[in-house]
Amino acid sequence: MTVDLGSVPARVVVVGASAGGLASAEALRKFGYTGEVTLIGEEVHLPYDRPPLSKEVLSGDLDPDRLQLRPTADIDALRLDLRLGQMATGVEVSSRTVTLAGGATVGYDTLVVATGVRPRRLPGTDGVRGVHVLRTLEDAIALKVRLRPGRRLVIVGAGFIGAEATAVARRLGLEVTLLEPAAVPLAHALGEDVGRALTRAHHDHGVDLRTGVTVESVLSRDGEVTGVRLADGSEVAGQDVVVGIGTHPNTEWLSDSGLQLDNGLVCDEFSMAAPGVYGVGDVARWHNPLFGVTMRIEHRTNAAEQGLAVARNLLEPTARRPFAPVPYFWSDQYDLKIQAYGYLRGHEEVAVVDGDLGTNRFIAAYRNGDRLVGIVAVGMPPRIVRNWRAAIAKRQEWTSVMNAALSTA
Amino acid sequence: MHVEVDVPRCVASGQCVLIAPEVFDQGDDDGMVILLDDSPAPEHHAGVRESALVCPAAAIRLSE
Repeated sequence: MTVDLGSVPARVVVVGASAGGLASAEALRKFGYTGEVTLIGEEVHLPYDRPPLSKEVLSGDLDPDRLQLRPTADIDALRLDLRLGQMATGVEVSSRTVTLAGGATVGYDTLVVATGVRPRRLPGTDGVRGVHVLRTLEDAIALKVRLRPGRRLVIVGAGFIGAEATAVARRLGLEVTLLEPAAVPLAHALGEDVGRALTRAHHDHGVDLRTGVTVESVLSRDGEVTGVRLADGSEVAGQDVVVGIGTHPNTEWLSDSGLQLDNGLVCDEFSMAAPGVYGVGDVARWHNPLFGVTMRIEHRTNAAEQGLAVARNLLEPTARRPFAPVPYFWSDQYDLKIQAYGYLRGHEEVAVVDGDLGTNRFIAAYRNGDRLVGIVAVGMPPRIVRNWRAAIAKRQEWTSVMNAALSTA
Repeated sequence: MHVEVDVPRCVASGQCVLIAPEVFDQGDDDGMVILLDDSPAPEHHAGVRESALVCPAAAIRLSE
């Protein structure tokens, strides 16, 4: 296949107006692009930030008015053809045309797909009041108004969203039952020992954590949720149920496009899915040459970094650079700040290299093959955490990393 | 170029310190952003722009 990389596009269409889409559009302008940029977003809001939705917005520490990613004047200054509240429903690659709900079409020279993910829901919960997911501003506000002291909350899924919502709800004085199908929360992602260490905070804060349980159905009366029924037949009462059981990438609109879809939009190391089509953020499954694997990363920082990388590659088509980041995410739970660098999935070994898993201050390092591939840090000074990130970025050998860590311990 | 940081928004990711360590630092305890230079020299402008673009808290504001 020959790919025409020789020219800068006259018109870029970005579908998805959240962190990744905005970063793509903004980076194009910052790098001096003067062509047409269309930014299409399904939500009616100007681009806003999602990580605070399960943290400061829920707790009331951050006014939702402060969520907007850029002041309106800064958005105006980007001179975008901004189309909010409009959903893309299809794309025809041969004619380079995006179709919108309602039938309008938008032509492009280059398309940036940044449509993100949506939460998985429990079956049979449509229209049941008091059943929540956390992805949009409306989701967060709908939950926030019901988080009053003394109410009973059931949270399904003890992943990061569920854990953050649990921490906020306890702080606000609710009784929380946290339900998790795995024996140890987060074990599949971070390993059993780290998962257990992070779970301790729930016990310390009086959460009724139940592991190894599966939710069979949601119970309701007169259209209002009353709890859940577990697979063993027992019931857990709750006036609200928060569902945090993972996500689906928003790729249905691409299903007839001929673009390769495999749990996300499949892209190469330049984040390119096909000539003139790029993927950015949660929806993109791209080849990260730093780790030598194809990955799809649902982290806030990745969306912005990939948007910037794609904008750069669009504008310098003959000097394209692979997108090879060290993934990063953070989570705030109770008084814990959890930070992770690297690619932990499929790790073969975990070693505590600083602090102690029995305290709220430690670094766990992750090995895959003969390399250090990631760390999880809790309560550690930023300077130390940044050194570990540098070691991951350099693809350092596990044995040399361990020797160095042991000699300074 | 004039740089401002909105410290209450900061989430201590340290992305700016990785990209432009001449202009940004982090507090040793809380990791919050510390602005070292609100009028950085031209050779640091590209890094500052990139930091503002990728900051996961949108806590860096530039006027040029």
